[in-house]
This record gives sequence, structure tokens and C-alpha cells, in this order.
Amino acid sequence: MMLLYLILAYSIAIVLFINRNKIINFSLIGLFLLLQWGFTIYACFHFRSSELDYFSFDSLGILLLLTLSIVSVPAVIHSLIYIKDNKDSAQSRGIYFAAIAGLITSIGAGYLSNHIAVTWIFTELTTLCASALIYHHRNKLALEGTWKYIFICAISITFIFIGILFLSLSLIHAGSSDLSFKNLLANSDKLNPFWLRLSFLFIFTGFTAKLGLVPMYTAGIDAKDKAPGPASALLSSVLMNLGFVGIFRFYVIIANTPLQHWANLVIGIAAFLSIFVATVYMVKVKNIKRMFAYSSIEHTGLVMLGIAAGGIGYYAAILHVVLHAFVKSSLFFQYNQLYKVFQTKNIYQIGNYFKYNTTGAMVLLLGFISAAAMPPSGLFVSEFLIFKALFEANQIIVLIAVLLLLTMIIWAFGKNIFKILFIPAVGFDEKTLIVISPWESATQFVLLAGAVYLGLNPPVQFVQLINESIMQLPI
Amino acid sequence: MINVLLITFLITLFYIAIANRMLTYVKVLALQGVLLFFVVFLQLNEISTLNLVLILLETIIFKSIAVPVFLAYILKRNRITREAEPFLPNFVSLIITTIIVVATILLANSIQDTHLNKIFFVVALSTLFTGLYFIATRRKIITHVMGYLIIENGVFVLSLAVGNEMPMLVNLGIMLDIFASVLILGIFLNKIGDVFKNIDVNQLSNLKDY
Repeated sequence: MMLLYLILAYSIAIVLFINRNKIINFSLIGLFLLLQWGFTIYACFHFRSSELDYFSFDSLGILLLLTLSIVSVPAVIHSLIYIKDNKDSAQSRGIYFAAIAGLITSIGAGYLSNHIAVTWIFTELTTLCASALIYHHRNKLALEGTWKYIFICAISITFIFIGILFLSLSLIHAGSSDLSFKNLLANSDKLNPFWLRLSFLFIFTGFTAKLGLVPMYTAGIDAKDKAPGPASALLSSVLMNLGFVGIFRFYVIIANTPLQHWANLVIGIAAFLSIFVATVYMVKVKNIKRMFAYSSIEHTGLVMLGIAAGGIGYYAAILHVVLHAFVKSSLFFQYNQLYKVFQTKNIYQIGNYFKYNTTGAMVLLLGFISAAAMPPSGLFVSEFLIFKALFEANQIIVLIAVLLLLTMIIWAFGKNIFKILFIPAVGFDEKTLIVISPWESATQFVLLAGAVYLGLNPPVQFVQLINESIMQLPI
Repeated sequence: MINVLLITFLITLFYIAIANRMLTYVKVLALQGVLLFFVVFLQLNEISTLNLVLILLETIIFKSIAVPVFLAYILKRNRITREAEPFLPNFVSLIITTIIVVATILLANSIQDTHLNKIFFVVALSTLFTGLYFIATRRKIITHVMGYLIIENGVFVLSLAVGNEMPMLVNLGIMLDIFASVLILGIFLNKIGDVFKNIDVNQLSNLKDY
């Protein structure tokens, strides 16, 4: 089934790429969604089984695959709206949908792979698809963003490969040559610590380009700025989760070796620096899309802090990843309506949004409350648990510093959002106002409500999936 | 014999550090491909013939013919100036490259590991860091691409060190080579040449927060 899914999905992407007919294009992307959901349901029914040797439907994979499939539906709906409004040429429309389909497939396959090299291959493929999306507008700035993204991702992919090579050197000491996560975990006590250390450094640095963490976060910011809104939503939610999967699966192995404390230190430093960098930029940023992107950096920083703290932090980190995917993608979906009304990304020239598009303004307000982790947002629960984990790990100073930084982020975020919602814009002509159907915001409400529901009243199966994902970590 | 080839490979790094003209860079990249061809031929004697032929073809056709020819074509087509225009003088570059190589040799000597072929490790790691250094200190986008190709060659050397035990990793390295090079070179350099007339990183600073 896995093979069938990959072949069908990639062939749909190729046909989309070649095809120039509008109706065939739209029906193919609908067909792709059906395929994606069919495969997800199949994966849920075959929980804990493996396919093709390199893919297994384990708890973390299923959890994130479900998130991916849920986010991909509004992504396609908003892409259709976006393409219709923009009146793009048949060629760029085809490339856009092909890249969306290819991106979603590659991310899903990356989640499910149980072999570090296979995860790496699908991470490479996401770079290819994402770069086509970033270059969608075909102008100078888009080219600059794409070039930076491709170059940094190419270097980060090379880093991951070097890490895999070092990992294989480490594994030779255990007398084995199978690089699947399962075998690595089974041999974790025999791995050579020196090579494992080097390998962790390189693999961690490599995956930070996708995850959006210090040191390689820069490419992602430019990418999310230049890509069309629905594509940015995918880049800043589910693609970041792919980076998380890469790091987390390797972390599970290293956590079962004496190097766990050292790895926690590395992750903790990178995470704290990410929150710091996000704060610095959030205070200054005037481009709303980049503001959302920096907010994602802050959230991944928190997730990795949860991992570094351990204990309840593991649970909180995975919960946070899922909820953040819902919240941040809904904010990026909303961005397109904002742009349609004001025709600019600059916060100075946007304002009084409640008057022009009440439903959209509601989404923005609720999205802000969710992303800033104020109750009743689901992120409040996960952030609270992360702080609790830091407290229990006796990291009071880190906790206080993070809380101070978060306060500044909420202040900066709130200042900009309330400016957009209530204060009149400079030089905006109301006569050219475009009326937006409230129905276009429906999916965002569903996503935000889903984040609240999963955070405050998580279903039993959901909690079970998270607990099973972190089962192999030492408490 | 492998040692001689790898040391020659290391010397090419010093040569790039003091090279002035863009075409010299291209020629050195081609030479590195040829050196890797012979290293593969001598080193990987335990893997299947078909796989060996594939790897040999990749090094000789892709690394030492296709990529350099394409780079030379881009240089000519976009009328890129012949000088490399580094931010730092060549003498400083030479010193820094030497420091990198010495540091990696010291690092390699501190490792107690019988499974490790030290010369592969030294060459690979110093190539990696020198490549990063070239990327950081050269002004043109195309030199960044060349720095990236140098890094890839270094990674390839490292993958050869474990090639006999795990041939799959060498194949993956080849996949990375072809995929990333085609992505960077094929799709982009032409477009970048058309849009940005003088390909200079200073022009790539328009994406801002405000």
C-alpha cells in the first residue's frame, strides 16, 4: 500500500506538472486529497505494522500524518482560492499544485520512515518541492528567497549526510551495519560515544534548517515570506514537524546512551538562543508574514526546551508540535485575505481590519490568542507543562529568562495585531475595498477550535499516541 | 598509492586558496573529480562490480566533466569577471587553510579508533571546513556554488572511508551529489544570471524585516 501510495501520489504530481487544463488540474488535486486521506485511514487501521522494510506506522508517525492530512485540506482549498484570485498562467498553476502534492507526499513519507537515510532522502525531496513554491511569483525578491533557501538547505542536507556517515562509524563498533532506528536503539549501549557525539552535532544542525532553530533558521524565514500564503502555512507547520521528527527519532537513541545529558545541553542552548533571536526580531519586525515566521521560531524553541528538560516535557513537546501546526497554519491561511484587502504586508499600512472584514479579524484575534498561548488556547496547556518540566529539572534561571522573553514576544505580537485590528491605516482608500466572503475563514475557525479541543480535553486515543511515542525515552 | 592521491587532493585545496581566476577554480574541481576516480578504483575493492562501475562513472562523468563544463559555460554566458574577488587577501586564505588542515590532523591524532582510516578523515574534514571558509569569504554567488561542490567532494571522501562496509552510503552520497548539484546549478544559476546582472552576494540583501 505504501508503494502504491507513493507511486500514485508522485504520478499525480507529475501529471499536474505537465497538465495545462484547469478542470483536470483541479480534479487531480482533489483526487490527491482523497488519496492522502485514504492512505491516512489505511495507516490508522494498520497501526504498528511496517511496509517495504523502510516505513512503519508507529505512533509518532501516525500522529503527525493525521496532522498533515488535516492541514492539507484547508491548504488545498486556500490554494484554489489563491490561484483563482491571482489569475496565474496555466503553467505556474500546474507547477504550484504539483509542488503542493509532492511536498505533502514527501513530508508524509518522511514521517513514516524508520530508517535515518530514508528520512534524509524525503527531506531532500521537500527542499525541491518547497523551492518551486517559493519561486511561484517569479520576481527578483522571490528568486533571492529561493536561492537562499536552496543553498542553506543543500548545506544542511550535506550536514545530515555527514552525520549519517559518523553514525555508521559509530555503529561499526557495535558490529552492525543496519542504520534503522530500531537497530540503532537496540545497539545503543554499544555505539562509540565519540562518533555518536559528532554525528548528533551534524544531524541536529542539519535538521534545524527544516525545524527552524538556531543556527540554520534564516532560510525558512525568507522562504515563508516569499511563498504564497497557503504554501507558507505548510512550510511553517507540517514541514517544521518533519525537522522535528528527524531530530526526535535520533534523540530517542542518544537518550538511551550515557550522552543524554550532553545532548540535552546542546538542544537546550540551541532552543534558548532560538527564543532569544525570535524575541529580538519580533520586537522590530514590520512585515506581518515574517512576524508569523519568527513566532514559529519561538515555538520550536519552546518545543526543544521541553525535550531538553525531560520528564513531562517530552509529552508537552509533542502536544505543542501538533497544536502549533494547527494554529500557525490557520494564521498563514488568514494572511491571504489580509493581503487582498490592503495589498501590502507592511503593518504601518494595515489597520482597522475589524471594520473591513469582521470574520477575518476574528480569526486573527483568536489566532493571536492561541499563538501567544493565552488560555483557553491549547498551546497554553503545552507551554505550561514545558515550564513545569523546566521547574522540575531545576532550571529556574532558564525558566525566568524564557518567561521574560515570552512576555516581550507577547507584547510585540499583541501590539502589531491590535494595530491591525483597531487603529486606522495610513493612506488606505476605502472605496477600493474588496469584500471577502466569511466562508473563506471557516477552515481557520475549525483548525483553531481543534487546537483548543485537543489541548483542553484531549481524547484518550490522542494521549495514548503521544505516550507511546515517548515510551522509549528514559524518564 | 591511495595516500598519494589523497594528499594531492589536499594540495588542491591550498591551490584554490591562492588561485585568482575563476577558470582555475573550475579546473581544480575537474582535477578533484579525476583524483576521486582513482581513489574509488583503489579503495572500494570489496563491493559488487556493477556498483563500482556506477560510482566510477559518477566521479568521472559527473564530477570531472559535466559540472566543470557547465560551470565554464555559465562563466562565459553570464560574462562573469575573471577574478575571484575574495574579501581577504590570498595570503590570509593560505594561512587559514593551513590552520584548518593542521587542526584536523591534530584532531585525527587524538582519536583512538582502529576502525578509522585517518587519512580519509583528515582529508574529508579539512575539505569540508575549507569549503565553508571559501563560501564565507568569496563575493560571487558562483564561487559559493564552487565552495559547495568542494564540500561535496570532501563528503564523498568521507563516505569512501566506510564504503567497503556500507556501500549503500556511497550510493547515497552520489545521490546527494547529483540531486543537490542539479538543483543548485541547473535550475538556478541561469535564472540568477538573467535577473542579477553582476552576480554578487551584496545584491542578495533585499529581503528585510521592514
